[in-house]
Amino acid sequence: MRNIFLFIARFSNLLFFLLLQVLALSMLFRYNKFHQAAYMNAANEVTGKFFLRYNNIETYFSLRKENDQLRTQNADLLNKLATNFSAPDSNMQVVQDTFRLQEQEQYRKFLFLPARVIGNAVNEQNNFITLHRGSNQGVAINMAVVGASGIIGKVVDVSPNMSVVMSLLHRKNSVVALLKKGSGFGEVVWDGKDPRYVSLNNIPRTVKVAKGDTVITSPYSDIFPPGQIVGFVEEVVDDKATSSYNIKVKTGTDFFSVQHAFVVKNLQKAEMDSLLNRIKRD
Amino acid sequence: MSDLLKNIIRFVLFILVQVFVLAKVPPLHRFIVPYLYFLFILWLPYNTPRAGLTLLGFLFGLSLDFFTKTPGLHAAACTLIAYIRPFIIGILMPKEATEMSYSEPSITSMGFMPFAVYAFILTFIHHTYLVFLEWLQVGSIWFFFGKVLASTAISLLLIFITEMLFQRKGRYRTNVA
Repeated sequence: MRNIFLFIARFSNLLFFLLLQVLALSMLFRYNKFHQAAYMNAANEVTGKFFLRYNNIETYFSLRKENDQLRTQNADLLNKLATNFSAPDSNMQVVQDTFRLQEQEQYRKFLFLPARVIGNAVNEQNNFITLHRGSNQGVAINMAVVGASGIIGKVVDVSPNMSVVMSLLHRKNSVVALLKKGSGFGEVVWDGKDPRYVSLNNIPRTVKVAKGDTVITSPYSDIFPPGQIVGFVEEVVDDKATSSYNIKVKTGTDFFSVQHAFVVKNLQKAEMDSLLNRIKRD
Repeated sequence: MSDLLKNIIRFVLFILVQVFVLAKVPPLHRFIVPYLYFLFILWLPYNTPRAGLTLLGFLFGLSLDFFTKTPGLHAAACTLIAYIRPFIIGILMPKEATEMSYSEPSITSMGFMPFAVYAFILTFIHHTYLVFLEWLQVGSIWFFFGKVLASTAISLLLIFITEMLFQRKGRYRTNVA
C-alpha cells in the first residue's frame, strides 16, 4: 500500500499530465458524435458574444460585395414575378392569384430563415460557422444552411441564440449532389486542403461533364432544398480505381467572406421521419 | 505589474490575437496555418509549479478550442508542450541560473541560441501533435510533413517578430521581491 502512495507521489506530474491528455482526447473524439455536450452549449453562447462584437465591425468591410450579391439575388427573384410575363393574345391576361399562393402555403416544404454569420473559419481541417440565430429563433439541429450564391453546410449544434454550422469545409461533411446537365449523382466532400474547392466523387463516366458546369443539390435530400447551387466544375479527374470521375468543384459560396445565410427548415421532415421510423420498426 | 496579472492579460490577448487576427488571415498555402497563441506557454515564469503549468496549458488550449469548435484538439497539444517545457529548460540551462536570476524564458534571460532551440523544439512538438490529431482520419504522409514543417517555420518567424516588437525586460528576480 505504501509503495502505491510513493509511486503516485513520485509520478504525480506524469499522472496528472496523462489524465489531462486523456480528458482532451476524449473530448476531441466524442465531440463528433455528441455535438450537444452541455459545456459546449454554454461555451457557444460566450464565444458567440465575442464573435458578434468582432462581426459588428467586420461587416462594414464587405458591404459592397454583399450588396452586389443581394442585388443579383433580388433581380433573380424579381424576374420570376408573374407580372413580368405577358402573353401576346389579347383575351388572355396574367393576374397574380393570391388565393392560390395562400392555398399552396399548406404544402410548403422548405422555409428560409435569414441569419447573420458571426463566426467563420477556413484554416482548420474541420471548419465551423457560427450563426446569430438559435433555438429561440426556430433553428434546430440538422437544418440546411444556404447562402445567396450557394450552399454553406448544416446545423450541428444550437444554443438559445446562436447556432454552430458544420460548413462544407469539414472533413466529415458529405452532401449528395448532381450535375445540372447530365444529372449524374455524386457525393460532395472536402479533402481538407484548399478552402476554395470541394470534390464531387463517384460520378459515373457515362456522364458528359465540362468545365464550368453547375453542381446542384439532389432532389431526394430531406435537409437541403433541391436545386441549390453547390459550385461549378473546375477540373475533371479520372479515378482509375473505381472507374468513375472525381470532379474538382469551385464552391459557389465564397467561404472567406460569407456574411449572410439562410437556415432552411424542412416543414415536412417530422412526417417523413415518422414514416421512415415505422418502416424500420417492422 | 505582478506576474499573475501580467499573465492573465497575456492569456486573453494571445487567444484574441489568434482567433481574430491570425485565423482571419487568408491562407497563403494549404500547408501554412499561422499559429502564435502557444507562445503564452513558452513565456510563463520559470517558477510556475509543474502541475500548475500542465493545468494552465490544458485550460489555455481549451479556451482556444471553444472558439474553433474543436474541444480537446488544441488542449491536447498545449498540455503536451506545457508538460515537456521544464525538461527542455532543464537541458538547455543550468539550474541555478534559471532559478535565481530571471523570472521567465526570453532572449535576454537564456541567450539567443538557447531560446531559439527552446522555441523550435516546443513549436515543432506542438505542431506535430496538432497536425497528427487533425490528420488521423485521412491524408497523405507528405501532406503531414509539409504542413508540420511549413507551419513550424511560419510560427518561428511570428515568434521572433513578436520577440522583437515586444522586448521584455529580463527582470532580475531579487531575493527581496
